[in-house]
Amino acid sequence: MTEINTQQGQSLTIPLFQQTWDVDREEGGVINHLKATHTSMLAEPVIDVPDDLERNVAVTSIDALVNWGRKSAVWPLTFGLACCAFEMIASAMSRFDIARFGMEAFRPSPRQADLIIIAGTVTWKMAPAIQRVYEQMAEPKWVISMGVCATSGGPYYGSYSVVPGVNHIIPVDVYVPGCPPRPDALLYGIMQLHEKIKRYSISREK
Amino acid sequence: MTKSLAGVDVARRINAELPGSVIESHNGDVRIELASIRNVARFLRDTEGLEFSFLSSITAVDYVEHFELVYHLVSLKFNQSIVLKANCYGREELTAPSVCGVWRGADFQEREVWDLFGIRFEGHPNLKRILLWEGFPGHPLRKDYLGQDP
Repeated sequence: MTEINTQQGQSLTIPLFQQTWDVDREEGGVINHLKATHTSMLAEPVIDVPDDLERNVAVTSIDALVNWGRKSAVWPLTFGLACCAFEMIASAMSRFDIARFGMEAFRPSPRQADLIIIAGTVTWKMAPAIQRVYEQMAEPKWVISMGVCATSGGPYYGSYSVVPGVNHIIPVDVYVPGCPPRPDALLYGIMQLHEKIKRYSISREK
Repeated sequence: MTKSLAGVDVARRINAELPGSVIESHNGDVRIELASIRNVARFLRDTEGLEFSFLSSITAVDYVEHFELVYHLVSLKFNQSIVLKANCYGREELTAPSVCGVWRGADFQEREVWDLFGIRFEGHPNLKRILLWEGFPGHPLRKDYLGQDP
């Protein structure tokens, strides 16, 4: 509570919820809007190559070099939502050692990250934050949906507060099933992502 | 292991100090009048030999014809616990007295009960939704809450 002294010298007490009311309403409005508009799954993302570039530029072996560079140092974002995050942490630790794939640098800032691993249940309240973090990441960027909660809602499918798949919010490249997936499964998903990155081309889509 | 006090004994002590506030008592819990919850709470916290200084949880149960508020109290000094229950009648515009003034830890718990069951706590300093967002339709742990198809 905050004491506010009026000009007459009386002190008025304004409850905390009234002070934050506007912010709360705004935030709730954003979430409700997101929930109402994001009702279907987004398609798998493709790297957007401009039309004129795609038709007029041909490259030979530079693709392989660029893709090798990209796939060999995919930096994931430090981003865990629920229990899947523990498996993600475990895969970064010495026993499973994600560093073998050039990924040991979990970046704390989305602006330095190439990959976001959605590790856990995505609630509608968290959805605007995930969307924002994804938009803050620099291109090219990839998304791994880790575990059944992030993939489809999992055990919370049909719940009032859980997004039925993070692909309603952001486009997903690789889905890793499991509840939670073992670090081996996550590493296999990451290797699949590497295979996918290898197929990209800077002059044409896919 | 925390010892669970017999509700009958605690009810006798409450009745001696605050007559008329106890409705019934069982082995593990005491059912009290909702209107007297604050007095009972203060009595249980301050009385020598009881000293329930810690409120470990507040929750509610929807019995369709009424709501039941459940308070779990722990005495850290004597390592004892007791359960208080109070009935809250009605479906709309439900109110209950807040025990925030007695235990500061009731703040978030009461907000959660308000969020999920729609019971307003009179005298709460910051009663707004805690888990769901502002503008969420309804209170989802009520029996008559119908979810939407995904």
